Amino acid sequence: MSPGRTIATAGRVLLQIRHDPRTIGLLLIVPSLLIGLVAWIFEDTQVFAQIGPAMIALFPFIVMFLVTSITTLRERRTGTLERLLAMPLAKGDFIVGYALAFGLLGLVQSAIAVSFAVWVCGLDISGSIWLLFAVAVADALLGTTLGLLASAFARTEFQAVQFMPALVFPQILLGGIFAPRSSMPDVLRVIGDWLPLSHAIDALNAVANGTHDDGWVWVRIGFLGAWIVGAVIVGALTLRRRTA
Amino acid sequence: MQSVVDAIAIDVAGLTVRRGRAEVLHGLTLRAPRGQVVGLLGPSGSGKTTLMRCVVGVQKISGGTVTVLGEAAGSPRLRRRVGYVTQASSVYDDLTVRENLRYFARVLDAPASDVDRVIDETGLGAQASQLTGSLSGGQRNRVSLAAALLGAPELLVLDEPTVGLDPVLRSELWELFHRLADAGTSLFVSSHVMDEATRCDRLLLLRDGEVIADDTPQGLLQATGAADAESAFLTVIRERETGTASAGSADAGHPEDGHRHGRHAAGDVR
Repeated sequence: MSPGRTIATAGRVLLQIRHDPRTIGLLLIVPSLLIGLVAWIFEDTQVFAQIGPAMIALFPFIVMFLVTSITTLRERRTGTLERLLAMPLAKGDFIVGYALAFGLLGLVQSAIAVSFAVWVCGLDISGSIWLLFAVAVADALLGTTLGLLASAFARTEFQAVQFMPALVFPQILLGGIFAPRSSMPDVLRVIGDWLPLSHAIDALNAVANGTHDDGWVWVRIGFLGAWIVGAVIVGALTLRRRTA
Repeated sequence: MQSVVDAIAIDVAGLTVRRGRAEVLHGLTLRAPRGQVVGLLGPSGSGKTTLMRCVVGVQKISGGTVTVLGEAAGSPRLRRRVGYVTQASSVYDDLTVRENLRYFARVLDAPASDVDRVIDETGLGAQASQLTGSLSGGQRNRVSLAAALLGAPELLVLDEPTVGLDPVLRSELWELFHRLADAGTSLFVSSHVMDEATRCDRLLLLRDGEVIADDTPQGLLQATGAADAESAFLTVIRERETGTASAGSADAGHPEDGHRHGRHAAGDVR
């Protein structure tokens, strides 16, 4: 790998997005609008106070997963990926370059989503808002890197799209939004405990409700970080220079 | 021995490729000399793209060897020495021409001045600041070609680079190819347009995954007694199909001109 090529790739991805203002708008605003919609649906109840933090985990995660996997998919379809892999670009340069570019977008997106949830939708936060932001950024990065992993694994466009329900939905179902994980059958609870989105949701809830100290939350962020790094490494390893 | 290796850009031996259940290339054997424009001609579906992907090293192969510039195809050291243009213009539609080339130049560690050089060589000066997606198909192909010229690779593998271009542009590109070859670059150019055959220094005719002729354009015309490449191709195919005098048929594309580099690829494959 080379830092120069990684940075060049990240810069190129950002430059592409800059030429498409509408995508920037959708990317940055859609998660906040969805959070606002949930807050509105439960306007006169306590529900948003309970599930609001989980929404901060959910929407940026899904949006970043989709955007990243579709973008890399496009790279595959137009032949630019094949061209790059025939050049002296390391597979890690490609994956990390993408992770950096979309990570940066995820950072801005999370800042907007957290601000919107707290200051516009009136989500009560007992803990530090910075900590909430840190979890949200880790969560968006997780969406990005899992999206990269999915499209690196996929051999065809159809497969890549199928990874969205396959990788994302179980995490939502087992993450404890619909039913607390403690009430699930043992097997599902254990699986849920190992899935990264569960930890993002737990950490956001902990910060919002002040149920745990900062150290506990940072351990959760560390867990997300391990998944992020793992997804990047596995993604780079599974990218194939030679295809059938 | 070294000089023989030095004279050969592409050396393919017993190459077999399966895509899905179908065998696309059946034990292909061929050689392409350095510093020449070698044309790979054949109808759509004959295996041209698959063969080119093998040369570049992005194709999974089931058997045989592909040696490029003295190294195994696809080896890391070749990635800077081989330029590749796919059939679809593999450039970023949402970047300008210059932004595309600047990025590829950075990936290749090519000098920044290369960007202007290749824009000039491909005649894209007027479009340099336009979004690539807003260009015509032919212009996009030229952007793709420009990207392959970055870093002055020793071998250029060009998959149908002249498709959809107007005759003037096509002619200009062929002139560029020969200028590059004169400067020592080896070119491996595919086409399904037979009238481009005569512009090549050497021809490989591919059909159903087999090389059915490997000769200079003049040699091929003389051997078949045909007036143009199209009818020469037809003659070669007919001779093979009727199976008349197997030796003669196999040699149809191989008159014993002393300087031929290709091996017998026609008669003994499969």
